[in-house]
Amino acid sequence: MSNVSISEVTKNGLWTNNPALVQLLGLCPLLAVTGTVVNALGLGLATMMVLIGSNVIVSLIRRHVGDAVRLPVFVIIIATFVTCAELLMKAYTYELYQILGIFIPLIVTNCAILGRAEAFASKQPVGMAALDGIMMGSGFLFVLLMLGGLRELLGQGTLFADMHLLFGPMANSWTIAPFGENYSFLIAVLPPGAFLVMGFLMAIKNAIDWQIKLRADAIKPDPVKGAKRIRTTGNIS
Amino acid sequence: MIFQSMGKNSLLLALFALITALILASTDLITEDRIAESERLAAQKALFEIVPLARHNNDLLVDLQPIPEQYWLALGLDNGGDVHIARLDDQPVAAIVPSITTDGYSGDIAMIVGINFDGTVAGVRVVDHKETPGLGDKVELRKSDWILSFNGKSLNNTEISKWNVKKDRGDFDQFTGATITPKAVIHQIAKTLEYFEKDRERLLSAINFSDNPSLGEQAYNE
Repeated sequence: MSNVSISEVTKNGLWTNNPALVQLLGLCPLLAVTGTVVNALGLGLATMMVLIGSNVIVSLIRRHVGDAVRLPVFVIIIATFVTCAELLMKAYTYELYQILGIFIPLIVTNCAILGRAEAFASKQPVGMAALDGIMMGSGFLFVLLMLGGLRELLGQGTLFADMHLLFGPMANSWTIAPFGENYSFLIAVLPPGAFLVMGFLMAIKNAIDWQIKLRADAIKPDPVKGAKRIRTTGNIS
Repeated sequence: MIFQSMGKNSLLLALFALITALILASTDLITEDRIAESERLAAQKALFEIVPLARHNNDLLVDLQPIPEQYWLALGLDNGGDVHIARLDDQPVAAIVPSITTDGYSGDIAMIVGINFDGTVAGVRVVDHKETPGLGDKVELRKSDWILSFNGKSLNNTEISKWNVKKDRGDFDQFTGATITPKAVIHQIAKTLEYFEKDRERLLSAINFSDNPSLGEQAYNE
């Protein structure tokens, strides 16, 4: 994987190798805080920031750090970014910080971040590593937003509630309540709902992949019947 | 050879630890004031909802009275707490008492109870809870205005046996599908009012510390 193209990195992060839908990494915060769009957006952006930052730094120092201390150094770098993100959120989006609570410091343990540092950033130039961070981060953020949006809509019957926690007073009127005021469907808000919606999202992704594969197969010409085949096993008598 | 590589690696690790420590320290320095301000505003917000600025003009966050240890158990405060006193032109208007009940459906329900000095409830807010979303969380003002039904109630106009849900012949609504949570909150508010009756004279005559914070600190440390 020493030579990868920009489009490949992009596609990998957003789709083929999506950290949440395919690698299933960082599921604990993913499922725990995606009750609403604003929670999902907060955690997603924080994770993305950390991922980009750690990827860039890891890539910058990749020639100077030996195998023996590589992992501890990566963990220090990631922990630093997470703590900075935590302090910044506490300073500027205090209420959201209180809602997300323990899941902000827990970004440190999101395997997707250490995984990208180890598997990609430590072998690639800075630009590619940054792009990988952006794309993997967007992939993760995208799934968080889908989960948050669907669960908020199904569970509370609203969309974009409490966005002022992130965007200030101007977002007070962003809330949409398509099913009226008193709608609620408890299970979507509870943890089982998170698993169910996540399962459906994965199923949808797999179905799309399957369709793409079917279409690709249809374009390929069928092998002609009776065509000569080369036997690779067994004895030719 | 091995010592050489050990030395090199440990130096490298130490270097990283140092750099990151510096970055963290500077971030902390930059955000410190802002965080303190945010925390202050968040704490103030709930207090202001209960006793709006029109009704007081002292600094609620500084004008504190420690709660005597004998009341800690009734108020569910394991580590003690402070009563915020609201004053208008130095006249005590209301006291805001922290109170925690362990009788919720899941975990503690922490609230602050504002009580006017005539013994009526000025307002109650649940500040922290883990009740079931959609059922028990109607104790939050964000979800339902049930919590406002306590405003104006006191132990005089609502006798103690009426501090219960309607299902148990009390005066207050329960929620559809949830009685444990409202019951826990109602009982705890009644307990807080009882505490206030007992401690009222002391709180009423308490010195206004907000004009002289050093005096307050002194009394607090004693």
